[in-house]
Amino acid sequence: MLKINWRTAIAGSRASTLALSVAIGLYGAHAARSEEVTLTVALAANPQMQTAAKLVDSFYAKYPDIKVKFQTLPENQLRPTVLKDVATNSGQFDVVMIGAYEVPLWAEKGWITNLTQQYVTKDKQWHADDLIKPIRNLVSYKGDMYATPFYGSSSFMFYRKDLFKKAGLAMPEQPTWNQIAEFAAKLDNKSTNTSGICLRGIPGWGQSLAPLTTVINTFGGRWFDEKWQPQLSSPKTKEAINFYVNLLKTHGQPDAAKDGWQECLQLFTQGKTAMWYDDTVFAGPVLDQASPEVKNNVGFALAPIKEKAGSGWLWAWGLSIPKTSKHQDAAWKLISWLTSEEYIKLAGEKAGWGTVPPGSRESTYKLPEYQKATSDYADLTLKSISAADPLKPTIDPVPYTGVQYVTIPEFEQIGDFTSQQLAGAISGQMSADEAIAASEKKIKEIMTDAGYLK
Amino acid sequence: MPLSLPLRSEKRTSRVRNAFVKGWWDRLPLLPALVVVLCVTQLPFVITLYYSLQRWNLVSTSAPRFVWFRNFLNAFSDTVFLKAVLNTAIMTGSIVIASVIVGGLLAAGLNREFPGRTIARTLAITPFFIMPVAAALFWKTGIYDPTFGILGWMTDEVGMGRVNWISQYPKLTIILLATWQWSAFALLIQLSGMQSFPTEVAEAASVDGAGRFYTFRRLMLPHLRPFIELTALLTAMYVLENFAAIAILTNGGPAYSTTNLSYYVYLEAFSAFDLGRASAFGMIALAFAIALTVPMLRVVSGIFKQGGRA
Amino acid sequence: MTRRQTSHLDTLLTALTWLGTFLMFAPIGWMILTSFKTEQDAVSYPPKLFFTPTLQHYYRIFENDFVAFATVSVLVTLISTAIVIVLAVPAAYVLSVRPVPKWRDVLFFLISTKMMPIAAGIVPIYLVARTFDLLNTSTVLIIVYVAMNLPLAIWMIRSFMVEIPSDVFDAVEVDGAGRLREMTQIIVPLIKPGLASTALLCGIFAWNEFFLAVNLTTTVSTLPVFLQKFLSFGQLYTAQVAAVATLINVPVVAAGWFAQKSLTRGLTFGAVR
Repeated sequence: MLKINWRTAIAGSRASTLALSVAIGLYGAHAARSEEVTLTVALAANPQMQTAAKLVDSFYAKYPDIKVKFQTLPENQLRPTVLKDVATNSGQFDVVMIGAYEVPLWAEKGWITNLTQQYVTKDKQWHADDLIKPIRNLVSYKGDMYATPFYGSSSFMFYRKDLFKKAGLAMPEQPTWNQIAEFAAKLDNKSTNTSGICLRGIPGWGQSLAPLTTVINTFGGRWFDEKWQPQLSSPKTKEAINFYVNLLKTHGQPDAAKDGWQECLQLFTQGKTAMWYDDTVFAGPVLDQASPEVKNNVGFALAPIKEKAGSGWLWAWGLSIPKTSKHQDAAWKLISWLTSEEYIKLAGEKAGWGTVPPGSRESTYKLPEYQKATSDYADLTLKSISAADPLKPTIDPVPYTGVQYVTIPEFEQIGDFTSQQLAGAISGQMSADEAIAASEKKIKEIMTDAGYLK
Repeated sequence: MPLSLPLRSEKRTSRVRNAFVKGWWDRLPLLPALVVVLCVTQLPFVITLYYSLQRWNLVSTSAPRFVWFRNFLNAFSDTVFLKAVLNTAIMTGSIVIASVIVGGLLAAGLNREFPGRTIARTLAITPFFIMPVAAALFWKTGIYDPTFGILGWMTDEVGMGRVNWISQYPKLTIILLATWQWSAFALLIQLSGMQSFPTEVAEAASVDGAGRFYTFRRLMLPHLRPFIELTALLTAMYVLENFAAIAILTNGGPAYSTTNLSYYVYLEAFSAFDLGRASAFGMIALAFAIALTVPMLRVVSGIFKQGGRA
Repeated sequence: MTRRQTSHLDTLLTALTWLGTFLMFAPIGWMILTSFKTEQDAVSYPPKLFFTPTLQHYYRIFENDFVAFATVSVLVTLISTAIVIVLAVPAAYVLSVRPVPKWRDVLFFLISTKMMPIAAGIVPIYLVARTFDLLNTSTVLIIVYVAMNLPLAIWMIRSFMVEIPSDVFDAVEVDGAGRLREMTQIIVPLIKPGLASTALLCGIFAWNEFFLAVNLTTTVSTLPVFLQKFLSFGQLYTAQVAAVATLINVPVVAAGWFAQKSLTRGLTFGAVR
């Protein structure tokens, strides 16, 4: 009969249990690590995003299980590509970059994940309160965030300090449009091929209509009245549109009907125009790419006003997670990292403080290095963002929100048609009033068809 | 063993059956190609037809619903659509005619013997190989731009001042760019046509005392006819569907003056996101194209020539 | 015409031809030149002919994953063109040498597939590709390009076959199995230059194709889509685009230049009588 040594047996079984659990533990860890996730990200092709793509190694260091593939597209290609994907539930993208215009519309259609409910409240480290309030509201719908703001911006005036000085002019911090028109007239110089001002003229609801709408707002006009009747031909709106078209035709850059912000950026940085009214996010790139004689002479001023103060626009590019993504948690890790204070510091140190995503967090503007590098325009940028109110963009009441656009799905169609007519007026094919008449007719058709008007 | 004669009806049946089998056997080599084209194009075509009968806007808050032919009827009261049809006719026609003429002239020049002829020919056909998107991008800033482009500098030097190409002559800008690329294509085809011109005929003509131009007009041109027709047909087909230049240079403007049917369909699908209307417009464009090509193909001689053994 | 008049005329014609050639090539030459300039120089006024060249734009191209996109482009172009030729030759044969009834209808149908604006059909194609899980693969591009180029290939190859004089066929005994032999051993060698030119044209169209590629693929894509990565927000790009465009077009142009001889002989079968 075998004598069973119980003590040894128990010790033995303990040892084997220990060995077994270690083995299971190791296997589990191995399995977890080989659960590598690849995120596909659709981005607009801008310098800030390109910096992000370059810095992704730091993200890998933090989250070794997640790999990222970036798909960068120009803005007008990004929109249809992403829309087609989410609208048909194709699930090609895990993270998409969308604009402030899209966020509420897509949230309403249920295409993107409610970030507040899923993640923001749980992720204290992300410091949601640090986000600049107006920008945070832009990427929210009914109080919940549906996108993390990558950067926020408003609009202001770029100008050439040296040309102003030479002409004996001074640009106030808050100019009026009448003053701008006077300046443009004096600074327009055919002999040196320099135009007084550069403004967007190319067709596109997000191109020429952005600055034009802010001009309409500050002149006291509006797109629609409370009953959704188009107001383009109402006296103040008409005046604003005529003002914009005439300014471009008399003292604007040549061939303006083909120029968007890209072309104006090129003109301004190469010294071919004395003033440029456009997005605050271009301040860094302008200083970066300016030709030698322009570089040290760039001045900034607030968006010009007429009757209404604070006429700069409000825009943000946000990162959203489509509902169809299979890697929601990993996607959140990426987008929270890209919009965190940690990332902003990293980008500042590695890529230069001028290319750090602006206008998203209050803490950015408190960093001494950032203040030093962007002293020329950081203050004005913050001021412009804070002054813009998408909920009350006009003097008279309106049924819509949005400063430089109208947050209804039909606005892309309306905007594209109207900006085409506007380009026709700018290029001299028709008068501004003819453009207004044609646009209003079309707008009425679209609005009736969509059910806003009976 | 005596063979039993088959009944007459059996023989006819088997002959019919053989003919049937033979018919399919004859068609067999065609089938793979045909099947591929059918599958890849017809399934989307049917879906497009289905969409064209609906009111479906990707971003609107209302759900898609059937409206049958409303999209088609709306097309004809849509001023932009009608403008697009007109623009298509003007721009495509101009590009095809200009390309054939320019290509033909260059081919005539390059058909002759002169030192460096191969190099010249090589350089002249290069525009056709350049990617349309890249060409358009570069022409926009490097050539047409009144401030930065080389044309701006050139017209300034000769005293014409700086021309606002895209604002003042939008259609011309598109036509110029497209002709530049397609005349290289026309050059290629017509040059080969000229080189296939039997030399004995040319020799005989010159022996008879015919001048060079006479030979060209009376003998070469008729020989070239099928090549010219082929060029025109292919160029028209590709110019119709390509809108890279329009998208990049003018965005279809100003005021839709350079929007052709293809680009308008693109705008409806990708900017207004109205798939119902875009599909309907696509169908109408197809109908127009078919209506135009059928009579043309019946007239055109060289293309439908039947050869070899009938 | 006297000899002197003839030679004056000759010189004039040659000069005009060179002028025409120069005008055709000038924009491309200017683009190549620009690709070596800094962005500042590229937009300078007056336009600079002499400048210090830089290779920075070319470096940037390779830093951006050029090789991956180029590989996809090469693969898709070569494979789709090969398939097109293999399928088109028998098809053209059936439609020309021994035409089946209704050959005109088939030809017409093939051409009609190219008549609908691509933007109208793109969402359906996208949905079909998605159903078969083919989005963002090179396979989907190969399939679509084959369908895109087959009509052209069949038309062109057919027109070469039609040029073959009938006495060539009279000499050959034909029955069921003999057709394959007739096709491969007799016809194909006769139209080889024509096949080369067709292949080159199809290759060019596949290589340069942009719209389908940008809609059906995202990260596994071709060079035309690669070009887009350089169009960035708020950056000067004239010289950079010139560099990308030059580099992208090098293979096609090189192929075209080498194949030139066969290209211009391609359509000239009729001369060999």
